Amino acid sequence: MDDDYPAVEITEVDHFYGERQALSGVTFDVRPGEIFGLLGPNGGGKTTLFRIVSTLFDASSGCIRVFGMDTKSQSDRVRQQMGVVFQSFSLDKLLTVEENLKCQGRLYGLSGSDLQERIVDRLKKVGLQDRLKDRVGTLSGGMQRRVEIAKGLLHEPRLLLMDEPSTGLDPGARIDLWRYLKKLQLEEGTTLFLTTHLMEEAEKCDRLGILSQGKLVGLGSPSELKNEIGGEVVTLGIQHREGVSETIASALSTEVHVHNGGLRFEIPQAKDRIDEILKLLPEEPESIHIGKATLEDVFIHRTGHRFWEEEEPPA
Amino acid sequence: MTPQPGLLNPAYALCHREVTRFFRQRSRIVGAFGTPLLFWVLIGSGLGNSFRGMAGSQMSYLEYFYPGTLVLILLFSAIFATFSIIEDRHAGFLQGVLAAPVPRMSIVLGKILGGATLAFIQAVLFLVLAPAIGIAVHPVGWVILLPVLFLIAMSLVAMGFYFAWSLDSTQGYHAIMNMVMIPMWLLSGAFFPQEGAFVWVRWIMAINPLTYGVAAVRHCLYWGEPQTAGLPSLPLSLAGIALFGAILFVLSSWKIRSTTARDLG
Repeated sequence: MDDDYPAVEITEVDHFYGERQALSGVTFDVRPGEIFGLLGPNGGGKTTLFRIVSTLFDASSGCIRVFGMDTKSQSDRVRQQMGVVFQSFSLDKLLTVEENLKCQGRLYGLSGSDLQERIVDRLKKVGLQDRLKDRVGTLSGGMQRRVEIAKGLLHEPRLLLMDEPSTGLDPGARIDLWRYLKKLQLEEGTTLFLTTHLMEEAEKCDRLGILSQGKLVGLGSPSELKNEIGGEVVTLGIQHREGVSETIASALSTEVHVHNGGLRFEIPQAKDRIDEILKLLPEEPESIHIGKATLEDVFIHRTGHRFWEEEEPPA
Repeated sequence: MTPQPGLLNPAYALCHREVTRFFRQRSRIVGAFGTPLLFWVLIGSGLGNSFRGMAGSQMSYLEYFYPGTLVLILLFSAIFATFSIIEDRHAGFLQGVLAAPVPRMSIVLGKILGGATLAFIQAVLFLVLAPAIGIAVHPVGWVILLPVLFLIAMSLVAMGFYFAWSLDSTQGYHAIMNMVMIPMWLLSGAFFPQEGAFVWVRWIMAINPLTYGVAAVRHCLYWGEPQTAGLPSLPLSLAGIALFGAILFVLSSWKIRSTTARDLG
């Protein structure tokens, strides 16, 4: 029916908190059926965009459509199409798993045996059917996250929004979570739109948008983004850096960034050119590291600074 | 695609959650019921018979103060119930509700019904003491009293909702409680009658919505007896408190129509 529409269509979105601009001209689409990750450091604007897409508040300007429906003028229809999994738990810890899900179901117009069947079904899918009568407060962080997901999926949304879904999960629970998300994508055709600040989580997405200081600085699949770097990444640990950056930049025609007290640049076939690099240095470096481009390199390449160097403005 | 949730189904869900939570937090039971009870016993017994109440009546202060204490229980319960709006925001529960396709009015209604139910239960518990201090309520009085208590409770929760929504800390709420809600109760005829007060106090009491709530309770407790002379009539009292509640219900629903980042904590 409306499969012609993108799952989420974000056009020229700006958002201000008073004077401070949190989002600036953000434009991209999330395609139906894909897992789309919004990658960026904390404070980069991810959560703001997440809340705007989830209809919690309106953007200062710009337009967001979910399956063709406007989040401002058709917010209730958008809400019906969408499941939302928040970073901070939206479960009531004093209530049991079942009571939480019942409350959620009624908020989405479900009731009676249909609701009961859905609750049992969703809990089975996240492997918690035997925890129906347990208070949410007694469950582990990983289990609570799974209940949160079951809650978001109760009304069979076509789009699931997740804000930092791996927060507070141990590595084992993260693997389980991703196994489940992939299954959801394949078997139910659910579109997943998530935010993350974790590179290894971003690697698992079909496509990524990189958000830095409120701007979209990259868009594409993880491999497309990494291929853009066109070579390997060299990191040099050296004491005396005066003039060295310039020498390397002009000799190897690349851009050199200072980070972590060392120098970092990208060149093709770096492994075969170690001698060439060493000759450019006034002294032997403390360390030399050559690696394939990672998403963090993509981030540095696009923004000129390291992922974690970004200032965290007050929320 | 799920059906439209309508107005009542979500309100019922939120109300049910409110009541379930209450019975799992023992301290709240003590706070909303215990404090007014203690006030009543201490202040009521302290003033004892030195109180010259309404003209011509031989009422002890313990008895005079009884209807006011009922209303205080409703007020405290309403305050506690709406405190949870601030907690829900910090805990994240609220954003889950706001992201659901629920009419905003239904969110307010759910809170009002839930809070009023809890307030009502506690007030009814206190009613058990009425015969013990010599208030023999006429059957008609009983029948009217129960819905009247529920109505007052709904109005007070609506007021609490309106204030709590704009506040991001429980400290802020304490200020409102001490500067607005408690004085409102003090000047409602709960604590002292209108007759003997200075003129300006009498004026405040006349425009205080809670005056009408307390008067309605007195009318029910003393159904067909002379102790209610000088109070606003029962129909006027009911209209006053209902109008107050309706206005705050509409204002609250209006207020949460659009949220900002601040509302989400």
